[in-house]
Amino acid sequence: MLGSFVGVLFDGIAYGSLLFIIAIGLSVTLGLMNFVNLAHGAFAMLGGYVCVKAMTLAGVPFLAALPLAFFAAAVAGIVLERTLYQRLYRASHLDQVLFSIGLVYVSIAAATFVFGPGQQPVELPSFLRGQVEIGGRGFGTYRMFLIATVAVLTIALHLLFDRTRFGAAIRASVDNAVAAAGLGINVNRVFALTFALGSGLAGLGGGLGIDVLGLDPVFPLKFMVYFLLVVAVGGIGTIKGPLCAALILGVFDVAGKYYAPQVGGFVIYALMVVLLLLFPSGLYGRRT
Amino acid sequence: MAAEPDAALPPAAAALPDGRWRPLEIAFWLIPVAAFFLLPGYRVLGSQILIAGLFAVSLDLILGYAGIVSLGHAAFFGIGAYTAGLLAAHGWGEPLTGLLAAAVVAAAAGFVVSLLVVRGSDLTRLMVTLGIGLMLYEAANKASSITGGVDGLSGVTMGKILGVWSFDIGGRTAYLYSLAVLFVLFVLMRRLVNSPLGLSLRGIREGGRRMPAIGAPVARRLRTIFTVSAAAAGVAGALLAQTTQFVGIDTLGFPRSAELLVMLVLGGVGRLYGGLVGAAIFMLAQDYLAGLSPVYWQLGIGILLIVVVLFARGGVLGGLAALRERIARGRR
Repeated sequence: MLGSFVGVLFDGIAYGSLLFIIAIGLSVTLGLMNFVNLAHGAFAMLGGYVCVKAMTLAGVPFLAALPLAFFAAAVAGIVLERTLYQRLYRASHLDQVLFSIGLVYVSIAAATFVFGPGQQPVELPSFLRGQVEIGGRGFGTYRMFLIATVAVLTIALHLLFDRTRFGAAIRASVDNAVAAAGLGINVNRVFALTFALGSGLAGLGGGLGIDVLGLDPVFPLKFMVYFLLVVAVGGIGTIKGPLCAALILGVFDVAGKYYAPQVGGFVIYALMVVLLLLFPSGLYGRRT
Repeated sequence: MAAEPDAALPPAAAALPDGRWRPLEIAFWLIPVAAFFLLPGYRVLGSQILIAGLFAVSLDLILGYAGIVSLGHAAFFGIGAYTAGLLAAHGWGEPLTGLLAAAVVAAAAGFVVSLLVVRGSDLTRLMVTLGIGLMLYEAANKASSITGGVDGLSGVTMGKILGVWSFDIGGRTAYLYSLAVLFVLFVLMRRLVNSPLGLSLRGIREGGRRMPAIGAPVARRLRTIFTVSAAAAGVAGALLAQTTQFVGIDTLGFPRSAELLVMLVLGGVGRLYGGLVGAAIFMLAQDYLAGLSPVYWQLGIGILLIVVVLFARGGVLGGLAALRERIARGRR
């Protein structure tokens, strides 16, 4: 019982950190421009496909394919932001929802058309396969790699947000875009760059997640709720909130599927509704 | 932050309550009647369009009039469908009472959900409705001994309507039945949005913060309209279950909620008729494109959504209204 609990906790944390890295960009988009972007998962899917295709077609090693996934998704993000997204910053939430659902459908159709409807397999390098014995218990090497990667990225993001001028500009724009613009911060540029960073991280997460989440054309739709959930529960404009939310979500989801498979996804959705009602502005949300 | 008035919606001032039927509306309702006689081969598709139309109008009540964005309206559609389907599968095949039961159950569910929905901001509402929709889908999926799970609920056998008309394979009864139910409910909903309740809902949509100042109980108004809307969606679901004599689990799915939004936005939000027009265009396009390939259909619906949002806010009816205004101004 205890043994399985530790295993579930470990898997849940690995799963949660993956969700965090994909969803953090969404948190910034929502916080910075109040934009409900349901299509965020499409960037993760793009990263996943770039990663798989770079490995199978060009023979790029897995670790080198991950930065490619990041850059491809970041470039796609900045292009879409400049051409489409920025027209809708002032639109109603309904318009944003509809637009991004449209984008989700287009991405699904495009992925089916180009890559076919099936699951994409990923061949992990041998040093990331297998298990490591710690205290007589086996832990998946890849999941440990995931947790470590996300931990490093989280610290880097924290430093970026808290210690750099750019981070200060982001925080100022989230708090009050008008006042920030008045102080000479180019809010549009801050947003475009942040959007690219967020999309890139999603792409990276998509690449990292193929082994855990799978990769097929309906990826953006299948995980949309999870990403939204991380943001809605975690609150916007912080790193700590989405991180906690993602870890809670990951652990509960894995535990729900492990201990009560007959209930399945129900746990997550019920948790989401309850958390949203208890914390309407997120766990660490700042009330406006 | 006060909600900005939405450009996609018609100005409230333009339509003070006026219950008279305009000639254009009467002409509009003659179209489905004419289609029944002129296109006998399309009656099955026709009844599906009518049902989708009713569903879209039910969403318009909360989206167009009360300004609540819901991503889980299929929950009530599915509840209605399963209520009517389960009743019929267990021996209660009388259609009209089946509809009534579906309406009551869906309304009860709608009332409970409305308690959660009236709290919170746009985003919370969106997530709560989405979460409840997904929860119900999972529940129906897991309770396969009752609902049939992913295989769907079959064995739905319907009795005769009013003891006279039985459902036929050509869809003749189904079409007329759907049309009659749609028309009756439409008249009721039209009356509702032209009532003081409808007007106060529009007030809430335009500026929810200010409505309490003139004595409007915002939360109660929203609960009322949400419950009514859920009941209408439940009837639409029940109609689908009864006319197709089958309930698929996709009646509860997220894609159905998303498609519903598409239909409504395509036709035009906040004008009741928009839902009907949008449903017709959507279903006909789906029938054609999905026949070619499901991938084309997904691509088509995606591009359509993006284009409507970016260039055609207000949908088909919004565009027509703007055109008419321009012509009228040109004449002056």
